[in-house]
Amino acid sequence: MSQAEVVREVVRDVPRRTSPLWTLGLLRSELFTTLRRWRTLALLAVLAAVPVLVGIAVKIETSDGSAAGGSGGEGPAFISQITNNGLFLVFTALAATLPFFLPMAVGVVAGDAIAGEANAGTLRYLLVAPAGRTRLLLTKYATVMSFCLVATLVVAVSALTVGALLFPLGELTTISGTRISFADGLVRAVLIALVVAASLIGLAALGLFVSTLTNSGIAAMATTVGLLITVQILDQIPQLHAIHPYLFSHHWLSFADLMRDPVYWDDLVKNLGLQALYAAVFGSAAWARFAGKDVTT
Amino acid sequence: MDEPSATEPDPQGAGDSVIATRALTKRYRGGQLAVDGLDLTVPAGSVFGFLGPNGSGKTTTIRMLMGLIGPTSGTAHVLGRPMPRAARAVLPHVGALIEGPALYGFLSGRDNLIRYDAADPTSDPRTRRTRVATALDRVGLAAAGGKKAKAYSLGMKQRLGLAAALLQPRRLLVLDEPTNGLDPQGMREIRALVRELASDGTTVFLSSHLLDEIEQVCTHAAVMAQGRLITQGPVADLAAGTRGRLAVTTPDTGEAARVLKEQGATDVVVTDDLVTAEPPDRDLAELNAALVTAGVRVRGFGVERPSLEDAFVALTGEGFDVAG
Repeated sequence: MSQAEVVREVVRDVPRRTSPLWTLGLLRSELFTTLRRWRTLALLAVLAAVPVLVGIAVKIETSDGSAAGGSGGEGPAFISQITNNGLFLVFTALAATLPFFLPMAVGVVAGDAIAGEANAGTLRYLLVAPAGRTRLLLTKYATVMSFCLVATLVVAVSALTVGALLFPLGELTTISGTRISFADGLVRAVLIALVVAASLIGLAALGLFVSTLTNSGIAAMATTVGLLITVQILDQIPQLHAIHPYLFSHHWLSFADLMRDPVYWDDLVKNLGLQALYAAVFGSAAWARFAGKDVTT
Repeated sequence: MDEPSATEPDPQGAGDSVIATRALTKRYRGGQLAVDGLDLTVPAGSVFGFLGPNGSGKTTTIRMLMGLIGPTSGTAHVLGRPMPRAARAVLPHVGALIEGPALYGFLSGRDNLIRYDAADPTSDPRTRRTRVATALDRVGLAAAGGKKAKAYSLGMKQRLGLAAALLQPRRLLVLDEPTNGLDPQGMREIRALVRELASDGTTVFLSSHLLDEIEQVCTHAAVMAQGRLITQGPVADLAAGTRGRLAVTTPDTGEAARVLKEQGATDVVVTDDLVTAEPPDRDLAELNAALVTAGVRVRGFGVERPSLEDAFVALTGEGFDVAG
């Protein structure tokens, strides 16, 4: 038997076992790597700072006994309720960060996902490891979605902590005017955080697709955040109302409907459906692009 | 290999070869032909030197072999399986260093290796730390494993890249310029490592622009220029393809040149006290006798052994100028 035949025997007949938990191992490595980047940590720090700033501002403004947002100015949703109940700071902080800070953070992480690795050259080593293109892309998507959740939870937990420290907690009044217990309020806060995180899935898929188009992480991040801003502006132009229902950010603030009693589901369902549509369309596009792409960096 | 039969899934997997390409061609979208009809055969167990000026298509070839880019036409088989189709089965047996190392600067050297190992579906997470430590030790980075990779020198990065290729026992190592950025001591260590791996039966595919390096460690070599394969074969044969020149050291250069021409030598060149020429096809002892008979005072007489560099220059017709 020649040496080459020995080689071929080994490859063909004794394939190295693939651990069934391998994909989880790759996901863990991916999460660890993403969360160790100083850029990710800086984004999370900014997100954690927003509720602190809002909480302190409200505290100072109302220290003379006046109502927050009462002096004619319009603040984010729920801001006037914070002084009565610290839990409202969670809703206010999410309403304040959802239009820009949260999606910007997701856009940065999603845009960097593939393009950043290509830029650093690490993509070629992951692929010859071999991570497998489809699995790598799925792992990247799972990581970006995990980041959506982590980022939202950072805002929510920071807001809950600040709210509890600066303001009283207790029963709360829903938008519909009914009273619900603090425990019920907490459950709704968790639900709202999950819905907010899910609202970012469409943008995450879009960012991941953009990320497969270029070898520059910066370009992919800038493009994704640019698209976010463009969509937000388009959503503000009344003459374009025909396309509004298809913009991924159009139903974002529907999470407030979870604070109605009974909950008003229409817009919430529309929002989640739209996010699923974006995820399917741009997820497929990202796969089609990445599966056959020449990796030249 | 036996006769191709129905049970043989790829008859093109060709004989005793670890790498076999047939008419492998890559044309980039801009229309530039990077690799043109490449028929490359790397025998099992060889240390195979892959030579060529910059821009000759070496890296494009390596990327096609590793499934990173798809060929425009032609086929490539690695370990007897088609690439890029069988990448998942083949690549766990292949360690690669392609166009220098690429690292996560914010992770330690050790964490970089752990990340690359986690990307390999066949690697056992239970032995990961041990294998990473062994690989670090093997390339002399055991003490620096905890340092952030961005603090590494170029040579250390190169070593870490090599360590990543050595995380598992491999059938084939593809090393693109492995001694780039290393000091002479480091180069010696890497050469020793390559020899050691080769003696364990690992086939090593080594691209380098250092010809003496290829000559020192390689058993076989191939030369590329402008996307085409110019030659391939055992290193000794390649060098032998270029005939050595006869060199006579003498104070009587004029007379020596006349006698050599008379004896059938061609292309006689005189420089200072040295006469060189293409030797005729006969016993060189007779030439020496003729020189002495003619009263030429001979200080030195011999044939300069042709180096791989001579062979390379003869084949590519140039040094290392970038092909346009």
